Amino acid sequence: MAEPAAHSGLGIPRAGLAVSLRGVTKVYDNGVAALGPLDLDVRKGEFVSLLGPSGCGKSTALRLIAGLSAPTSGSVSVVQASDGARIGFVFQEPTLMPWASVRENVRLPLKLSRVPAAQAAMRVGAALARVGLADFADAFPRELSGGMKMRVSLARALVTDPDILLMDEPFAALDEITRFRLNNDLLALWRSLNKTVIFVTHSVFESVYLSQRVIVMTARPGRIGAEFRIEAPEPRAEEFRTSADYAGYCRRVSGALAPSYQGPSVR
Amino acid sequence: MSAPLSAPAAARQTHGSRPLLLLRILLPVIVLTAGIAAWEFVVRVNEIPPYVLPAPSVVFQTLVGDWAVLSGSLLTTLSTTLQGFLAAAVGGIVLALLFNQSKWLEYSLFPYAVILQVTPVIAIAPLLLIYLPQQTAVVACAWIVAFFPVLSNTTLGLNSVDRNLAGLFQLYGASRLQTLAYLKLPAALPYILGGLRIAGGLSLIGAVVAEIAAGSAGAGSGLAYRIAESGYRLNIPRMFAALLLLSAAGIVIYALLALTSHLVLRRWHESATGKDN
Repeated sequence: MAEPAAHSGLGIPRAGLAVSLRGVTKVYDNGVAALGPLDLDVRKGEFVSLLGPSGCGKSTALRLIAGLSAPTSGSVSVVQASDGARIGFVFQEPTLMPWASVRENVRLPLKLSRVPAAQAAMRVGAALARVGLADFADAFPRELSGGMKMRVSLARALVTDPDILLMDEPFAALDEITRFRLNNDLLALWRSLNKTVIFVTHSVFESVYLSQRVIVMTARPGRIGAEFRIEAPEPRAEEFRTSADYAGYCRRVSGALAPSYQGPSVR
Repeated sequence: MSAPLSAPAAARQTHGSRPLLLLRILLPVIVLTAGIAAWEFVVRVNEIPPYVLPAPSVVFQTLVGDWAVLSGSLLTTLSTTLQGFLAAAVGGIVLALLFNQSKWLEYSLFPYAVILQVTPVIAIAPLLLIYLPQQTAVVACAWIVAFFPVLSNTTLGLNSVDRNLAGLFQLYGASRLQTLAYLKLPAALPYILGGLRIAGGLSLIGAVVAEIAAGSAGAGSGLAYRIAESGYRLNIPRMFAALLLLSAAGIVIYALLALTSHLVLRRWHESATGKDN
C-alpha cells in the first residue's frame, strides 16, 4: 500500500513552473535506493518524458509527484489549483473498476469529491467525447479492447480538468498501431487543453515523438543522465515520425540511454 | 480497435455448450432413476420389511401421507437455517469489515474465530442448550458453523483490492467510508458471495446438528428431530422421507445462492461471464 500523501517540504514552485523537485531521493523499506538525488523542473504547459530502463525509478518519481508516496529526503512542490483537483494520473494498466460501467469509472473522481450529479454527468459526457468513447458509456471494461480501456483511463484522468497529467507507461502494453493512434490523440489533447504532461516511458521513439523535452534517467538509483530538447515544428503528426530530424533525435537519445543498460544486470 | 460486444462469439458459445448442458442435466437424472429402480427391485424381490429398508415407493407414500407433520418440521428447520444464515452473513461481513479497519481488533479476535470454527459444533450444541433458550441455541449453532467462511472470504476479498486502484482513490482524496463503499466492498463481492454459498449449506448442517442435540433432550419439532424421533419408533420410512426433505432443502439453498451470485456478477466477474473472452 502507498503511504499517505505527505509531501515533505510541500510548497508552491517558482512562477511558471508546474512541478519542482529538489534533491529528492526515495529509499524503500527494504533498503533499495530507487531514486535520486533528483532535481527536476517542469514548466506549466510543458510535455516532458522521463525515459529510462525498467526499475530506474521513473514510476517512483511519478508517484512522488502525485503524492502517492513520500520522498525519503528532498522536496516536491506542485502547483496548486484553486479547486484542488490538480493532478490526473494514468497508470500502466487501465486500472478500471471491473464492476462499474465506463460512465461510472470516469465519474469516479467527481463522485469522490462530491460534485453534484447533473454537473458530473455533463463533465463525464464531455471527457468521454474527448477520447472518442461517447458511444461506449454503458459498456463494461471487460467488453472493451486494450486501447479503449486506456482511453477510458485517460478520460477519467481528464474529467477533473487537472493542470498536470502524470502518465506511467500508459501505452506500453498496447500494439503498435493502437499506440501510434493514442500518441496522436494525446498530442492533440495536450495542444487543445494546454496541460502539463509528465510522461514515463521506456520507448525512445515514443518519448521523442511526444515530448518537448526528454529526460534520460540512469539505472537505479535513478538520476538525470541526459536531457534533450526536441525542437520540431508543431503540430507534429505522422510526417514527423518518418522525418530525418526524428531519426536524428532518436539516435542521440538512444546513445544517451545506452550507458543505463550497461553493467552486470544487462537483460 | 475491435467491436466492443463480441455477440457472435457469445452466440457460438451457447450454441456449442447446449448439448453439453443437456448431458450434464440428463446424466445425473438417469443415474438417479436407475438407482431408485434398483432399490425398489431389490426390496421387492427380497421382500425386505419396511422397518429394515423401505422401498422408494413406500418412502414416497410416507412423504405424502405424513406431509402435515413433515411440512411443519421442514418449515421449522428452514426458518432456523435462514436465521442462522442471516446471522452468519451479517456477523461474518461486519466482523471482516471491522478487522479490515483495525488491525488491533483483527489480531485480538481472529484466533477465537478460528477456535470457534475448529471445535466440532456437535460438541458445543449440548452446552449451548443448557445456557440458552432452545430456539436461540439452535440458531446459535447454525451461526457458529456458517459464519467463518463468510468472515475469512470477506477478509480475503477486502485485502485483494488492486493496488493502483487504491492509489487512485488516495489521489482523489477518498475518505475511508468512500474507499470502503466504492472500492473495497465491490472488489470483495465475488469473495463474499463465495463465502455465502458455503455458509448456506453449513447453516443447514448447524441447524440439524443442534436439533438432534435438542431433540435428544426431549423437545423440538424440526426435520432432524423427526428423524431422531422416528428412529426411536422404528418408523424407518418416515426417517427416509425426512432425510429426503433435508437433502432437497440443501439443494434448493445452494441453487438459490449460486443463482444470486451469478446474477450479481454476470456483467463483470470472470466466474460468471463467458469463458471465451
